[in-house]
Order: sequence, then structure tokens, then C-alpha cells
Amino acid sequence: MAELLLAADGVSVDFDGRVALSNVSLTVHRGEIVSLIGPNGAGKTTLVRVVLGLLQPSTGRVATLPGLRIGYMPQFMPIDEILPMTAARFLALSGVSDEVRIAKALADVGTDHLAGAQLRDLSGGELRRVILARALLREPDLLVLDEPVQGVDVGGQAELYGLITRLRDQTGCGVLMVSHDLHIVMAETDKVVCMNHHVCCTGHPEAVSRMPEYLALFGPAAAQHLALYAHGHDHRHDQHGDVVPLKSGRPMDGHG
Amino acid sequence: MDDFVLRAFAAGLGAAAAAGPLGAFVVWGRMAYFGEALAHSAILGVALGLAVGLDPTWPVLIVAAAVALLLSALQESRGLATDTLLGIVAQGTLALGLVVLAFLRNVRVDLLGYLFGDVLAVTPEDIVFIWGAAVLAIAVLMRIWRPLLSTLVHAELAQVEGVAVARVRVTFMLLIALLVAIALKIVGLLPITALLIIPAATARAFARTPERMALIAAGIGALSVVFGLWGSLVWDTPSGPSIVVAALAAFLAVRIMFVRWR
Repeated sequence: MAELLLAADGVSVDFDGRVALSNVSLTVHRGEIVSLIGPNGAGKTTLVRVVLGLLQPSTGRVATLPGLRIGYMPQFMPIDEILPMTAARFLALSGVSDEVRIAKALADVGTDHLAGAQLRDLSGGELRRVILARALLREPDLLVLDEPVQGVDVGGQAELYGLITRLRDQTGCGVLMVSHDLHIVMAETDKVVCMNHHVCCTGHPEAVSRMPEYLALFGPAAAQHLALYAHGHDHRHDQHGDVVPLKSGRPMDGHG
Repeated sequence: MDDFVLRAFAAGLGAAAAAGPLGAFVVWGRMAYFGEALAHSAILGVALGLAVGLDPTWPVLIVAAAVALLLSALQESRGLATDTLLGIVAQGTLALGLVVLAFLRNVRVDLLGYLFGDVLAVTPEDIVFIWGAAVLAIAVLMRIWRPLLSTLVHAELAQVEGVAVARVRVTFMLLIALLVAIALKIVGLLPITALLIIPAATARAFARTPERMALIAAGIGALSVVFGLWGSLVWDTPSGPSIVVAALAAFLAVRIMFVRWR
């Protein structure tokens, strides 16, 4: 097994007596993509905040590899009209001011042409990529992505998840990702942790999709999504929506 | 030109130099009401200073700094929305200050002078304090520039990236308290927020980077001080509101021209 980057052990959090997390355990290894899924209000973002050290758990602990570098992509990034800020400058806010590294990080997410653009002029998908570039700038061992496709249209979502997988392949970092859209997440994930205040079930996406806890949480409709996914894809769509055939695709007999 | 006129311009330009960059951060961080609360609390400092027979500058600085620290501590605790909390502190300290002043029956107080600025009030010692404090405020602001900007854009991301968010925030709040003491005599307490936010909002139209916006805000603030004080001397109007009217005119002119260009 690859190097263990992060282990949360028996983490519980309550806010004024209301239980947000109950005895949650979780591991992320180098090169592994772990997806946290669960309904709204299930405590996914709370768990992320504990993992990042922003919130002290009531009980339990989070252990990380000594010297672990974390790249964080928050769910929301409110950029006011009143603040003039180019994409390149936004990356420099991280404390890394080396222009070569900033240009490379922007290129890694396919936004090198946007370096001089004002953040508020970017589309939802472009802004998410620029925020991801800021997380990459720190050459992280672990990427923590809270709803990485927030505000991105469906075609762009698959592109963005594909990009995250490619970045994992290139850098070998671990990825801990929060999501509530099941369909695409499952395809790009090594391990799914399905949670609703506590961990309901965990494992490989296909195995999880058959577990009764998963079906109880998301209903039969989710299982149907997964069934469609299991038919496989013989093509994907690029950023412009054009069909791009996969190298060794099976014949398409479900949704593309 | 009379000495008091030169002192008034020197004091006003010092206040504008510090208010420009600080005001840019205030509008980026949506902290206008925070500035307002500190400015209102300063009247309590004026009252306490007069009660013990001191020039109000230092008492104002101490009270504003104490209120800044109190507010940053209270904001951590939940239960009150920030604007409610700021309203309570602003109105509460203003009322306390006015009641304390009412008890000082032996002291003749030019209350309007402290509220709206007084060109005759600035002493040579004030000029030294104003410019010393302005240079200090700008120097500290430059030291925390990047972490503060990162904190105002997204505090949790900044914290994950290693910024001591709480410390940076408190430092900035203390700088605003310092500005209240700087602007006390020439601008007056009530128009301080206007001197912070109007030049910064005006500068936005010309700026593509945060630094340019801060610099242009200081320039627009300085022009507002020059024209405002000139108007104040010619028409015998209170200096603070006159400076704000000049800043407002610049803001409206830029807005109107900017809209026409588009």
C-alpha cells in the first residue's frame, strides 16, 4: 500500500449539543482519490474543516504525515466587484510569488491564457480551475477539494473531474474530495466514503453502490445512475462539447 | 498664509495618506460598519480625556484600540449578527461619551469640533503625532499586506496556507483605531468612515491591481482634503463634512464619466 498521508480516527464534533460528526474514521494514501459523499447537511464540510485543522474535534484525532503539504480548494470563493484581482495575482496571494511557478500552475489546469484576466470576468468553470491552480501551486502531497465542480455546467463537471484524475496521475498526490453528485464522482474515485454524520459505508465505488446503507441514503434512483455508469462510456466530451472517442471503448449501450 | 491653515493642510494630508490604503482594505473586507463603530466609540475617549484634563488624542487612541480588541473578541462568539453587535457598540459608546461630557459642567467643550473637525484645533504637536502615526500605520500595513489581503478574500484558505489569520485581523483593526486618532481633529469623528471608503470606491474605476487602487485612493483622499479645506476656509464650513463633500464630488464625477465611457 502507498504511503499513508492522513488518518482521521474516531472524530466527533458537536455544535451546542447538535451532533455534526459522530465517530468518523477515514484514511487517505498517496496517489489515492477518496470521495466523501452524502446528502446536504451530512457533515462533509465539517469533516473537511477538521482535516484541515480549522476546527478542533470534540473527541478523536487527525494524524498527518509529518511535513504534509495540503492544497485546499474551498467550496465558495466570493470575489467582490470592488476588489481588482487578476488570476495570476490571486495565485500569488498564497505566498508563492515566483511568476514561473504561477504560470506553470495555471497551465496545468488549462488556464494559462487567463493569467491577466480579472477574476470576476471568469466563468464558473474557469474560476474553479484557477482556484485549483492555487491549490497546486504549493506542490501539495494532499489535495482537499470541497465540491470542486460547484457552479460548473454538466459537461464541464466531467472535464474537471478528469483533470483532477490527471493531476493525481502526474503528481502522485492524494486527493480528498467532497461531492454530492454521485454519478461522475464514482467514475473517477478509488474509494468512496458515504456519510451522514457518521460513516454509513466505505469502499470501492462499485461495491459501495450495492450496499444497503448507500441505497438507504440515496434511494433506488442513485442505484439506477450507477447501473447506467456501469454500462461504460465509449466517448467523452471535451470543453466545447464535441465527442472525443476513448481509446478502447466498448460499444455504447447506455448513456454516453 | 496663516500658520493654522498650513497646520490644517498638513494634518489633513497625513490623514488622507493613511486613510487611502486602509480604506481600500476596509471596502475589500466589507468593514465599513466596523470603522463606523470605532469612530463613534472615540467620543467616549474624548469625554474621558477631558474628564482627566488631557488632550483627547491619546485617550481616543486607547479607547478605540480597546473597542477594536473587544469587537474582535466578541465576533468569535456566536449569538449576535455582526451588524447588530457593531450597532450596539457604536451607539452605546457614543451615548456613554455624551453622558460623561454632560457631567463635566466645568469644562467648556467644543463638541461639534470633535464630531465634525475643526481647522483651528490642530497644534504643531498634533502634526508630529499625525505624520508619525500615519507612517507607522502604512509601514505596518505594508508588512501584513499579502496575508491581510488573502485573509479578506478567503480566511480559511489563508489559514490553511499558513497565515496567522486572527493576528492579522486584530492588527488591521488596531490600525483602523490608529486612523481614528489621526483623523480626530481635522476630519472629526463622524466623517471618518467616509474618508476611508469614498476615495477607495472612487479609485476602483482606475485600478487593475489592489496596490494601484490603494495608491490612487490616497491620491483622491489628498485632493479631497485640499479642496475640502479650501472650501471650509472660504465659506466657513466645518472641515470634516467639507472634505467629505469634496470626496463625494470626485466619486460622482468619476462614476458619471465612467458610465459614459462604457
